[in-house]
Amino acid sequence: MAANRSEPATDTGPAGTAGPGPDTAGVSALPVARQWHVRRWVLAAVVLLVAIAVARSMWANPAVDHATIARYLTASAILGGLRSTLILAVVSMAIGLVLAVVVALCRLSRNPVLRVLGFGYVWVFRGVPLLVQILLWGNLALFYPRIALGNPFTGQVAVSWDTNAVVTGFVASVLALSLNEAGYTAEIIRAGILSVPAGQTEAGRALGLSRWQTLRTVVLPQAMRVIVPPVGTQFINMLKMTSLVSVIAGGDLLTQAQNISATSLRTIEMLIVASLWYLAVTSVSSLGQAYLERRLARGHR
Amino acid sequence: MSGEPLVRIEALRKRFGAQEVLGGVDLTVDRGEVVCLLGPSGSGKSTLLRCVNQLEEPTDGRIFLDGELVGYRPRRGRLHRLSERRINRQRAAVGMVFQHFHLFPHRTVLDNLILAPRLVRRRSRERLRAEARELLDRVGLAAKADEYPARLSGGQQQRVAIARALAMRPTLMLFDEPTSALDPELVGEVLDVMRDLAQDGMTMLVVTHEMRFARTVADRVAVLDGGRIVESGTPDRVFGDPQHDRTRAFLRHLD
Repeated sequence: MAANRSEPATDTGPAGTAGPGPDTAGVSALPVARQWHVRRWVLAAVVLLVAIAVARSMWANPAVDHATIARYLTASAILGGLRSTLILAVVSMAIGLVLAVVVALCRLSRNPVLRVLGFGYVWVFRGVPLLVQILLWGNLALFYPRIALGNPFTGQVAVSWDTNAVVTGFVASVLALSLNEAGYTAEIIRAGILSVPAGQTEAGRALGLSRWQTLRTVVLPQAMRVIVPPVGTQFINMLKMTSLVSVIAGGDLLTQAQNISATSLRTIEMLIVASLWYLAVTSVSSLGQAYLERRLARGHR
Repeated sequence: MSGEPLVRIEALRKRFGAQEVLGGVDLTVDRGEVVCLLGPSGSGKSTLLRCVNQLEEPTDGRIFLDGELVGYRPRRGRLHRLSERRINRQRAAVGMVFQHFHLFPHRTVLDNLILAPRLVRRRSRERLRAEARELLDRVGLAAKADEYPARLSGGQQQRVAIARALAMRPTLMLFDEPTSALDPELVGEVLDVMRDLAQDGMTMLVVTHEMRFARTVADRVAVLDGGRIVESGTPDRVFGDPQHDRTRAFLRHLD
């Protein structure tokens, strides 16, 4: 089909002058037929049919009670769990991001001591499973029963606190999530900074900007285009990883849903309730990410 | 200090690992003078420029800008590296134009011009905007102030880059092959801007392969080969009666 059209078209190319091909004038006058994209429409129809079939079978399944889903979707325990999950995720992500920038800059530093420190940080906090980190922070008191300020060489103690009073379940959760997050996000930020051509730094420095000014006004804004998409994924991951803190604190969305299903025996319904909320929250987060990406695309074609 | 040249380079050496890129270069540039650096690629022209602007740290030798030692200060019989702050200040007095422009793609043309003066000179945005528009007018791009660089042609981008460097009110302008990345039909507009700048009395050190420009605009040309200046003098003398084999070989190669 395409070959039929394009072959004479190239012959008539040079500004309609009498081309070498046969029937040049006749083809030049023909209008281009509309493309129907038949395969797209067929595929769309198949996908739609399968989706309807799946939805019907789930909806009609006697094991699922719709009224239960509707009732628990806005139950106070579930909303409380949602709130904990959001607070945990946002606070941990915020702390993790700031720390990640510091670690990334350490890894890119000219100072070899800082480079080793940055490497060591990523090595430890990315290398140990998150669940283990959560358990370690949650059980810190087994390791250090009291937290003290003093001279570590003479053993003098100025002030001290009971570890369990300072590192509560929430604090331990935030510590574990944010420190782990920083390990991953530092590498994303480092990749973003490295993606900006060296000439940009040179141009900034040649204009008399300091290292920090160049980083802040020239390099980081451009690195953001590379950084934002994976960090958006990291945040969505974070929302879901909050469910892991159930081993030390609980209160998050999934734990609350499972608590309810343990007593009401509505396992599938409660998992659907939790899934709906996770999907809702990640959708909002994806929208925010799309908005940011559009803003950062300014000046690029 | 009227006798002191604006730039004085003494016995400048630079090596990258085992490779010696500059093997003892002496060069002066007087106030208002235009000096073109010529020579085959790899002869050390760009490295020389980059040392003047401290984008490279010389292995040995001294550079003086306006009588002030670049990058170091003498104390108790030794030269000590200047603080970052002082180095930044020295750099701010020198404008640099790169082969590949290096405009900031995330900022409009106008913002490209005012970014550095705002942060380094700490001058008001309004005054800088007005000045930036004048500079853009001077390079013939007043209408492009609010465009992003990606929407400009190569020649226009390089003219913006020149205006951006001028916005810092430098005492010296360095040009590192400013037309080498341009389509042939865009070279002229950039050279015209540089010619105007030279006529206005700007001191310029230009690495270029544009022999016509060197011949007509430069007060002096210096030919580099293998990290040394093999010949220098007025363009008429160097082009018309080259003394050194290397110069002759280089000029012959261009024709």
